[in-house]
Amino acid sequence: MNETAKTPPVAPSSKTIGTVTVPEPVFSCRDVDVFYGDKHAIKKVNIDIGRSQVLAMIGPSGCGKSTFLRCLNRMNDTIVGARVEGMIQLDGHDIHDKRQDVVQLRARVGMVFQKPNPFPKSIYENVAYGPRIHGLAADRAELDEIVNTSLRRAGLWEEVKDRLNNPGTSLSGGQQQRLCIARTIAVNPEVILMDEPCSALDPIATARIEDLIDELRESYAICIVTHSMQQAARVSQRTAYFHLGDLVEVGETDKIFTNPQAKLTEDYITGRFG
Amino acid sequence: MSSSLLFVLLVALSVLAFQLGKARAIAVVGGLRGVRDLHSLPGHYGLLTAIWCGLPALVVFALWISLQDVVITQLVLADLPANAMAQSAQALMLNDLRNVVAGNVPAEMVAESTRVAAAEYLKLQRIAQLALTVVTFAVGIAGLLVVRARIRPDLRARNAYERVIEWALFACSAVAVLTTIGIVLSIVFEATRFFNIVPITEFVFGTNWSPQMAIRADQVGSSGAFGAVPLFAGTLLISFIAMIVAVPIGLFSAIYLAEYAPLEVRKVVKPLLEVLAGVPTVVYGFFAVTTVGPALRVAGEAFRLPVAGESALAAGLVMGIMIIPFVSSLSDDMITAVPQSLRDGAYALGATRSETIRQVVLRAALPGIVGGVLLAISRAIGETMIVVMAAGLAANLTANPLEAVTTVTVQIVTLLVGDQEFDSPKTLAAFALGLVLFLVTLLLNVIALYVVRKYREQYD
Repeated sequence: MNETAKTPPVAPSSKTIGTVTVPEPVFSCRDVDVFYGDKHAIKKVNIDIGRSQVLAMIGPSGCGKSTFLRCLNRMNDTIVGARVEGMIQLDGHDIHDKRQDVVQLRARVGMVFQKPNPFPKSIYENVAYGPRIHGLAADRAELDEIVNTSLRRAGLWEEVKDRLNNPGTSLSGGQQQRLCIARTIAVNPEVILMDEPCSALDPIATARIEDLIDELRESYAICIVTHSMQQAARVSQRTAYFHLGDLVEVGETDKIFTNPQAKLTEDYITGRFG
Repeated sequence: MSSSLLFVLLVALSVLAFQLGKARAIAVVGGLRGVRDLHSLPGHYGLLTAIWCGLPALVVFALWISLQDVVITQLVLADLPANAMAQSAQALMLNDLRNVVAGNVPAEMVAESTRVAAAEYLKLQRIAQLALTVVTFAVGIAGLLVVRARIRPDLRARNAYERVIEWALFACSAVAVLTTIGIVLSIVFEATRFFNIVPITEFVFGTNWSPQMAIRADQVGSSGAFGAVPLFAGTLLISFIAMIVAVPIGLFSAIYLAEYAPLEVRKVVKPLLEVLAGVPTVVYGFFAVTTVGPALRVAGEAFRLPVAGESALAAGLVMGIMIIPFVSSLSDDMITAVPQSLRDGAYALGATRSETIRQVVLRAALPGIVGGVLLAISRAIGETMIVVMAAGLAANLTANPLEAVTTVTVQIVTLLVGDQEFDSPKTLAAFALGLVLFLVTLLLNVIALYVVRKYREQYD
């Protein structure tokens, strides 16, 4: 967004295999720890997230990938007893800085959830909600324009253009998820976080969302948590493998899936557990 | 043998039947090792035996007890020579008879024929009691023996027992439903009698309420006027004031408890609010009369406003306080039922807490909250004790909350307190009012339940 951020140095104690840094990162995370009460959910994670690319996070259930994702827009703040330590920089600025307003952070870092969660409002109002609360549109015409563009980019416009006033919950699961993506795009974020966005969808709806992710990559940095290794291989350029709160390995998706360096990664990818 | 002793013995017999049935079941398969060859557990055979021993005997017992008096009285009367005497004389004699039998009046004080009849009555009663004992035990033991003889390994005792349980549960729910139907029918019946005397149009549209009827023809005043509009207006006024107090406070406290309050605060405040719901309404009533009413009058004097000692405002305010926990508890349930994913969705878009609550959470919970408020209104309309004590009896048709008004429930109480004759329009009017009250609250409850159920379908 503003000046090119420099990549902060990674502490030599990092045990992660592969290249965690990228040039000109959107996010730089250094030695990030997350605790739920006494439970140490994320342990000293170092990773950069690059522009115009998709980073897939994979790993067995409970490995902390979703928890890490929720650190990036500070959604863990809403969980009682959750504590995040370490440094997370967005465009070179610490997101835990006192001057950083969490509301503005979340406008810049959008999120799509596992289960589609449209608001109990019309399709139009679902998309218009973000622009409204952030005052992005000066008048109704401008708002219409934002809603229109967002629905088009989410590939939903043709299906809903005649029924914008129907409730968002009246759509099918896959359409609801695209509505949630449109809602996220509408506030014009820099990064989109996706927490298993296809796990509640059928294969056809999943394929549509994956196509959409590929298109959106041109304009946004995307972080996706997924349980499907095929999905990670299809949509991402970089892949990070988490295991029990550790970031085990990061690298180009092709390399991770064809030639993993860590034993744990190999075992997981070849289906020995998980 | 006295009835209560008989009852206890019957229960003991059932317990014995249980043991006998269980032992028999074990015996037919040749001891405890054979129990797995039984269709059901030995206990089920015992229960089945006990049920067939106890239930029919109990039914006979209950029918006998309820019919005994009628039958014996008929027998005694039939024996009397003065069978053809006038109805009123007969009723009088019957009264004497009962007093003698019960020992309230010494036998020497009544007529000779009555004394004979009383002796006859007592004799028949003794015979009946003895017969009852014999018959009940015969039925019980017969049931026991029949079932015990039929116990075989393939007897489906568990299924039979489950079926009896199902019927017992059905009977319990039938009691509740039938009682309600009975009450409604009696109200409708009495109200119809009222509307035969007073035209329904006068009752619904009349604006003058003065239910005192002249007892003697030459009595002045008290002509009896049954225009219920002032009552409806008073009820609505007080309920309206109550809702103005209860809805915002209840809703906002629910929002605080559900969304803002730290866990420790919630743990303390929520039970406290529910305690408020457990305070008897009569306590609220004297709080209204002794504290709120006078306080309002003093406050009114400061502003040179005439406030009646018993004002709609005092009753409404206290009733509102009474309903707060009701609204708050229902709204709290509805708000906490909104899925966390909706809140996350709003937060992830950069909504603040209050934006999320106002525009997403409350929006999703709204149907449930509306349903809760409707239930609260129906409670306010039916509430009696507070208004009896604090609202007054004067049937003023006014929208001024500082004056005394009266409500439907207050008038029902006044009409039916004290000695009554149940054929004057004055008493019958209470049933007409009750019918109106019943219909209004029924309608509100049906709408509320419909709205709440529709809401539940959406998120479960």
